[in-house]
Amino acid sequence: MNKDNRQELYKLWIGSIPIKAYKIKAIIEYFGSPEDAYYASDHAMEEMMRTLNNEGIRFTKRNLDAVLLRKDLGMVKKNMEYIQKQSIKYLTMLDESYPGKLRNIYDPPFLLYYKGVPLPDDKRVISIVGARECSVYGRETAKYLAGALANEGIVIISGLARGIDSYAHIGALAAEGVTYGIMGCGIDICYPVENINLYMDMQANGGIISEYGPGVNPLAYHFPMRNRIISALSDGIVVIEAKEKSGSLITVDLGLEQGKNIYAVPGRITDKLSAGCNNLIKMGAKPVTSPQDILEDFPGYDSIMQKVSSQPDQIKLTGLLSSEEQAVYDIIDLSPKHIEELICLTGFEMGKLMEYLLSLELKDLIYQPVKNRYTRNVKLFT
Amino acid sequence: MFSKAYSAVIHGIDGLIVSVEADVSDGLPLFDMVGLLNSEVREARERVRIALKNSGYMLPAKRITVNLSPADIRKEGTAFDLPVAVAILTAFGHILEDNLKDTLIIGELSLNGNIKKVNGVLPLVYAAKQQGFLRCIVPKDNANEGAVVSGIKVYGVGSIKEAVELLNDIESYEPNTVDIGKLFEGSANDEDVDFSEVVGQAALKRAIEIAVSGMHNILMIGPPGSGKTMLAKRIPTIMPELLFEESMEISKIYSIAGLLDNRALITGRPFRSPHHSITCTALVGGGTIPKPGEISLAHLGVLFLDELPEFNKNTIEVLRQPLEEKAVTIARLNATYRYPAGFMLVASMNPCSCGYFPDRNRCGCSVNMVKRYLGKISKPLLDRFDICIEALQIDYQELQSREKEETSADIRKRVYNARKIQMERYAGQGIWFNCQLSPKNIIKYCRLDSKEKNLLEQAFVKMNLSARAYHRILKVARTIADLDMSEKITAKHISEAICYRSIDGKYWGDWR
Repeated sequence: MNKDNRQELYKLWIGSIPIKAYKIKAIIEYFGSPEDAYYASDHAMEEMMRTLNNEGIRFTKRNLDAVLLRKDLGMVKKNMEYIQKQSIKYLTMLDESYPGKLRNIYDPPFLLYYKGVPLPDDKRVISIVGARECSVYGRETAKYLAGALANEGIVIISGLARGIDSYAHIGALAAEGVTYGIMGCGIDICYPVENINLYMDMQANGGIISEYGPGVNPLAYHFPMRNRIISALSDGIVVIEAKEKSGSLITVDLGLEQGKNIYAVPGRITDKLSAGCNNLIKMGAKPVTSPQDILEDFPGYDSIMQKVSSQPDQIKLTGLLSSEEQAVYDIIDLSPKHIEELICLTGFEMGKLMEYLLSLELKDLIYQPVKNRYTRNVKLFT
Repeated sequence: MFSKAYSAVIHGIDGLIVSVEADVSDGLPLFDMVGLLNSEVREARERVRIALKNSGYMLPAKRITVNLSPADIRKEGTAFDLPVAVAILTAFGHILEDNLKDTLIIGELSLNGNIKKVNGVLPLVYAAKQQGFLRCIVPKDNANEGAVVSGIKVYGVGSIKEAVELLNDIESYEPNTVDIGKLFEGSANDEDVDFSEVVGQAALKRAIEIAVSGMHNILMIGPPGSGKTMLAKRIPTIMPELLFEESMEISKIYSIAGLLDNRALITGRPFRSPHHSITCTALVGGGTIPKPGEISLAHLGVLFLDELPEFNKNTIEVLRQPLEEKAVTIARLNATYRYPAGFMLVASMNPCSCGYFPDRNRCGCSVNMVKRYLGKISKPLLDRFDICIEALQIDYQELQSREKEETSADIRKRVYNARKIQMERYAGQGIWFNCQLSPKNIIKYCRLDSKEKNLLEQAFVKMNLSARAYHRILKVARTIADLDMSEKITAKHISEAICYRSIDGKYWGDWR
């Protein structure tokens, strides 16, 4: 094992100690390098603890125990082998390539695992967050916004959770954009399991990021913690659907502390799922009705703004649809409509209506999110 | 002195003739009954002895032996009291033996000599007619029920005395008669529910109309209060009126189950809606002495399972075989019984445990919870629903609307026409409705033109349909075309049929 590799081992060791990053940095500063820290005697460690406490860094006995408990190079080697086998990579605060945005927040993670491509430093990053149990409106908006932004070269990040998070990733992937998922569990665990395809696909151009090492379970308190990474990495945070009390609002609070732009997608005032977003707008978040609303805030992207259509459904359909089909299509929007409502609204008889609906469905213009309810299929890149 | 009378026992839904032999001989005074008797039949001995005494006939101190043959069939029920009494009286010379030869006798005795009603008179009388008997003596309360069978004289009697007088002078008595035409006339008026009472729900009503026309099983999914149960209860009102043969078949089952309640015949389509706590046996029939279950009671009518996921999983799974066979076979150690079960299955359920999915303002169920709720129903059972439709919550405005709704009679006319077309098409093939089409028959009767074939093919690929779903869509499309009086299945019919296809998980909360 050459010298560099040995250094890496010690970095991984010190990075995996579950104490705050500034304490780890203090240890390294005190001893000079992770390697020296590893080989320091117990006595020297206690000496360090006293010195740090004198300097005003609160280094407790428990912190010290945590450090001493992990002093097992065999274990660290095993971890290193596993990480390499799983093609997991990592960055520490000692590395140049550690994201600058993350370095400057309160309580950054000392060690950051990732899979896939390293997070590009020169690109704008927008995070899209929202409710897990979202509506069709939220789902389509998430896919649309993520797709439109990704198409302009913006990196989309989110939490790879169910609902809005997943759809933001899906939208970005559909536009062949770059997207990163920030996880609240071990880097090698896909949670929720049903997102396994996303988890794999995202690694082609983007990746998965987590501060938790392999095998760490998705515990409830991890998720608010990972939200600080989402907000820190992003230049703007878009909230698509959030109830009045929602985890997404934690991300927003953190983002505000970190001085990020906050965007909210407005919803109907009667929709509980949009209450959080509408409240954000009341408090001064920027309402988003089109991707331009976000793009115009970032110099360099405002020139290509025109290319993105302002409405999700402004594709020219003339000649493609019969007048009856057009009539049916015009009535269907992003809130799913039941055939019963469509009968009332169009006045067509059942059989005929079905014929138009099937034809529209086969043309990929509408689909049924739930049986017998129809909603528009938002298409962008045709 | 030997005598022989005839009676019958229920076996499945048919009657089996049993001869009741009585012998009186010298010896120690004794009254014995043999012939594989259930305890209620064995107890007839006491009832007969005391009823005869109280009717004024003294039994001399002789050795009396009664045998019920064939001796290898288990005799059950209380209908043997009267034939045993008659056989004994004949052996003692109170009744002319000649008159017993072509007479089937059924009846339970009370200790004072009165005759009480029994279950299953209709199938017994029917069996008697089939076996060439000329007349039947039945309890007075069952006389109407028996008189429905034509080609056999049915006499109702109220006591042993009456029975003896009747048998000794049979020519001077008039048999009971029932005006069958009148029975059916009355039935049309006693339906107090009507489709027009349900406001809105055009899509749901249309789906039900199609389901009834082709006897397709239908599953309704919707939030509480969307009118699923209300509509299901009205399904019998749009089914074609019962034919006499159908009525006879239903009445036989009801007669055995003891549910005829003084009616001569069941003249309305059955509607059975068992509570979801029902057991397997109650649903399909069975028990140590097999009885028809709910599915047989719903024969030629509707079996409505409200809140389908709440039913015990094993209970609803037993429906699978009867749904295919249109009959249920119950095997017991000493016999196998076959009950008809040609019902139309109507089921309703909520989309999730709170009932309001996908209305996100009211439903907080996670996608997984919703899927789990649906998962309570097994795939094979779901596969047996040709039509599946989601009901929509009716809002207040709609309830207020004064628009005229279609009455059951209007819908029934269309259903009747569609069924007539099917009857004619399938005449002599052993099938009656589109729902019974086998894959081979589907190719024969659901032929598509290239344009329609193309459409279905596109939908097939697009919606990722299974081969089973493909066949179901064709069957339903055939029914829709029949309702439309169209020989050809057109794009319109196929589109509508696709809309009613069964849920397949993909369309249930999986929003990918």
